[in-house]
Amino acid sequence: MPEEAYIPPPLPGPFTNTTPPPTLLTQGAEAHLYKTIHLDSNTPAALKIRPSKPYRHPILDRRLTRQRILQEARCLVKLVREGVNVPAVLALDWEGQGGENGNGGAWLLMEWIEGPVVRVVFERWEAFIKASGASLSAEELQREEEKVRKLLRGIGSVVGGLHKAGVIHGDLTTSNLILRTEEVNAVPGESPTMQGDVVLIDFGLAGQSSSEEDRAVDLYVLERAFGSTHPRTEKFFEEVLEGYKDSYKGAAVTLKRLQDVRMRGRKRSMIG
Amino acid sequence: MSPTLETISLPHLPSSLPVHVALYRDVQNAPSLRQQLISGNSDFEYAFIDASMVLSRAHVSSAIFRAVNDYLNERLKSRNVHSEIVFSFSSTNNIADSFRKFGISDSTKDLLVVKVSVTPEITHDSVAAHLAQSIEGSPVPFNDETLWEIADVAKIKRAYKLGSLPSAPAGQVNGTGNSDKMRLENSIIGAIALRGAT
Repeated sequence: MPEEAYIPPPLPGPFTNTTPPPTLLTQGAEAHLYKTIHLDSNTPAALKIRPSKPYRHPILDRRLTRQRILQEARCLVKLVREGVNVPAVLALDWEGQGGENGNGGAWLLMEWIEGPVVRVVFERWEAFIKASGASLSAEELQREEEKVRKLLRGIGSVVGGLHKAGVIHGDLTTSNLILRTEEVNAVPGESPTMQGDVVLIDFGLAGQSSSEEDRAVDLYVLERAFGSTHPRTEKFFEEVLEGYKDSYKGAAVTLKRLQDVRMRGRKRSMIG
Repeated sequence: MSPTLETISLPHLPSSLPVHVALYRDVQNAPSLRQQLISGNSDFEYAFIDASMVLSRAHVSSAIFRAVNDYLNERLKSRNVHSEIVFSFSSTNNIADSFRKFGISDSTKDLLVVKVSVTPEITHDSVAAHLAQSIEGSPVPFNDETLWEIADVAKIKRAYKLGSLPSAPAGQVNGTGNSDKMRLENSIIGAIALRGAT
């Protein structure tokens, strides 16, 4: 197949005016994520676009796109109000560019969160341990591990805050957690900094729920993601639950339910 | 350039639609300005906002951006883009109510004025000249410090039904007070973005 540069769908609505144009960061099945600028200054912002899907019936397409972008925005605004660390919603258009040239698409402009995703932090850490773990003294190793444990407790407490606010993330992985840090560029081979706030991102699959089952599944998904992406940090996962435990009143019940979910997987009923 | 009128080109909006913003304190003629609006005098087609209901520049930009984007997409809910800016401050769909809460009233002392260059005849100079002869008040800079001084935070929280948020002590611009202010600002901006979503 000839290699062709990928051409993303045209930008919707007002972003055709933006100078410099938003730069594409990632592209998923449902949405494109761009980096652009804020409304009021030169600070950066994240722009999530859900392009319309030409293979869907237009009415269904509009309804689904609208529903999903609104769901995401509502969850984020609610969490901002509750003081949970998530990107703030700056502007939103759930109808996208209606009519004329047809390249509709709903969009969501969000606060830019600076810092590496937790997946990268752990990858750097695991690489560091692999390379120089043997030469560390017992004391240094313990300090390194305590650093990881602390970050994991931080993750547990932010997820607890999320659940306390009545929101389920739906796709908790270490790629959807950003360590907001003022870290100067990471030095390859060194142990990465783990100082900073953990911020939850990508609420594309989020929803409002306070059911212990949904909460437990959220934790289970995170646990599984850990197991598959961070073999060396997996053994510390209990620290996430430790951080989660005291974050809200119903946390103990959720943790109990998590044990059931572990036994059967995240699909509750598979009979019939 | 008159120092009292700031002309802003909001990112993402067409450069052909600059926005002119001025802030006044101790306004003496609010009743007559309001009367001009009510009588539909097109010379007075402005967004007149009670500045005590405004938290920050970002708050203002969000409302303007929402209104102008709706204007560009031809889905204004009110008469024109200027009334829509007042309406866009609101988190609810009630237009009359949004004017009562955020628009100019007879007792308004601190006034924020916004005008969008919807036709080429509307320029910085034409707006500056018209405002200079129409508004009896002292022009002050449109910045966060001044807005924060004017803002009635308790009233703003009530208008956005955000009474349960922690209050930043007035005048304090750092420490936890600042993060509380950011949280309030972000909650308001989110509410503006979500208005009308069902």
